[in-house]
Amino acid sequence: MRMTLPIFLQNLANGILLGGLYALIAIGYSMVYGILRLINFAHGDVFMMGTYFAFYGVTLFLLPWWLAFVVAIIGAGILGFLIDRIAYKPLRNAPRISSLITAIGMSIFLESLAVVIFGGIPKSFAPPRIYPKFFSKMLQIGSVRVQILTFFILGITALLIIFLIWFVYKTKIGMAMRAISTDIATTALMGVNVDLVIGITFAIGSALAGAGGILWAMKYPNVNPYMGFMPGLKAFIAAVIGGIGSIQGAMLGGFLLGMIEIMLVAFLPRFAGYRDIFAFIILIIILMYKPSGILGAKLEEKV
Amino acid sequence: MPEKLILEIEGLHVYYGNIHAVKGINIKVPEGKIVTLIGANGAGKTTTLSTIAGLVKARRGKILFEGEDVTNKPAHQIVERGIALVPEGRRIFPNLTVYENLMMGAFNRKDEEDVKKDLEWVFELFPRLKERLSQKGGTLSGGEQQMLAISRALMSRPKLLMMDEPSLGLAPLLVKEVFEVIRVINSQGTSILLVEQNALAALKVSNYGYVLETGNIRLEGPSSELLNNEEVKNAYLGVS
Ligand SMILES: Nc1ncnc2c1ncn2[C@@H]1O[C@H](COP(=O)(O)OP(=O)(O)OP(=O)(O)O)[C@@H](O)[C@H]1O
Ligand SMILES: [Mg+2]
Repeated sequence: MRMTLPIFLQNLANGILLGGLYALIAIGYSMVYGILRLINFAHGDVFMMGTYFAFYGVTLFLLPWWLAFVVAIIGAGILGFLIDRIAYKPLRNAPRISSLITAIGMSIFLESLAVVIFGGIPKSFAPPRIYPKFFSKMLQIGSVRVQILTFFILGITALLIIFLIWFVYKTKIGMAMRAISTDIATTALMGVNVDLVIGITFAIGSALAGAGGILWAMKYPNVNPYMGFMPGLKAFIAAVIGGIGSIQGAMLGGFLLGMIEIMLVAFLPRFAGYRDIFAFIILIIILMYKPSGILGAKLEEKV
Repeated sequence: MPEKLILEIEGLHVYYGNIHAVKGINIKVPEGKIVTLIGANGAGKTTTLSTIAGLVKARRGKILFEGEDVTNKPAHQIVERGIALVPEGRRIFPNLTVYENLMMGAFNRKDEEDVKKDLEWVFELFPRLKERLSQKGGTLSGGEQQMLAISRALMSRPKLLMMDEPSLGLAPLLVKEVFEVIRVINSQGTSILLVEQNALAALKVSNYGYVLETGNIRLEGPSSELLNNEEVKNAYLGVS
């Protein structure tokens, strides 16, 4: 296939799209890591749960699609808050390896729970059953044809990221989050209920993951209990590439990874089957030459 | 005439695992006064302040603030009651601006008008901070960080201000400034519990002093008396 300008633009749009979705998930990994130095392996499963919430919101509770999506995003946020309360909070002063093992356990638990409750058979998240057919329409822009869905996903991703930046940099709770990420004890000395703020951090990261899951399913309409695994892993890699602990890093890493993946497949179609391996190769390169990630500060052990 | 006590510590024991760091001490801070806690490295001074602030748990004993039992209350509740700590090593938030650091100090306050007034008051004490408002805390010099740490604690409008070695690592001129500020803060009605290695300056500025030694109170008395105590002179004032 020759790379013409329209095809390139098409791939560019896809790259931004996939990158934005990775970014949405990566932010949650990075926020939690920034505060607790914990890799929340259950994050990808919150992504999956959020998608199921939306699915059943529409099919079982018969909510309008947009309302079901909003409720599902809030549900994912609450789930994240509860995961912290139940699984991680009791281990705040325990060795870090305990939390890490708990995170893996929590991930397995959520996946198994999904199999039991929702069943192992994949569900289709396709229009018009879940959301209006309107989104599948193609828009002709010059010589490029783009699905309306693409704009929708990009728009929502951008809105969520702007909201997040506003929250972290312009609100009091956001300021407390940034303070906690460098010094938990001193933040508590300022009168901040640290556990509550950590819970809110989980909630926000998880809500973004839930939103990511729904948008993901709109694009790749296969909902199953293990759907969070690969996107979760990729987003984690994106967070590491960008500099885990940094929100900007997570965004940069997400967009970079999404773009590279799409472009590599576009330019080297012979290697399309190895697509998932690219991410790991990039990860290995980053870990070899700049282990703290592109925007990451030097990783310090927290006392 | 019995003085009104703002802080009263009775038989306080603190452990780190099985290290017995504070071994049953009694301390009283009368309202409106400056009380100092001096002692060698590892005596348990920081541990005592951290326990009052709610960062470290007391094993036994009682901490009364304004007559109420606040022992082992979480740190964020202690601040709300009116106790602020300027921690050892300043502990500025390096990634937050100077302004944000100050606002962290006022985190739970709802009285925005008064917060603004207190901000002005803090700028009067430390004019240099005003010029650095949008700078990141981590870029300040050591002295400026200490000023910020004190100001940040003041922003919670504490009734009792605890300071852990505020003069440590500062140039002599700044040390003087810090002690001057301690006097000013106190003269405006804030009670102070001061931990210092600089025993001479601490005893000069304070009304009453305790000498801590390996977790026990070795000596106590009005600061003017401690200044003339032979033992204190030999061990802490560097006079022989
Ligand atoms: N986090 C901790 N874990 C274990 N032991 C500790 C801890 N913090 C302090 N200690 C021990 O408790 C004792 C009292 O320490 P503390 O920091 O209170 O002393 P200090 O009087 O403030 O000393 P300095 O003048 O050096 O600041 C010391 O023996 C110290 O080693
Ligand atoms: Mg100390």
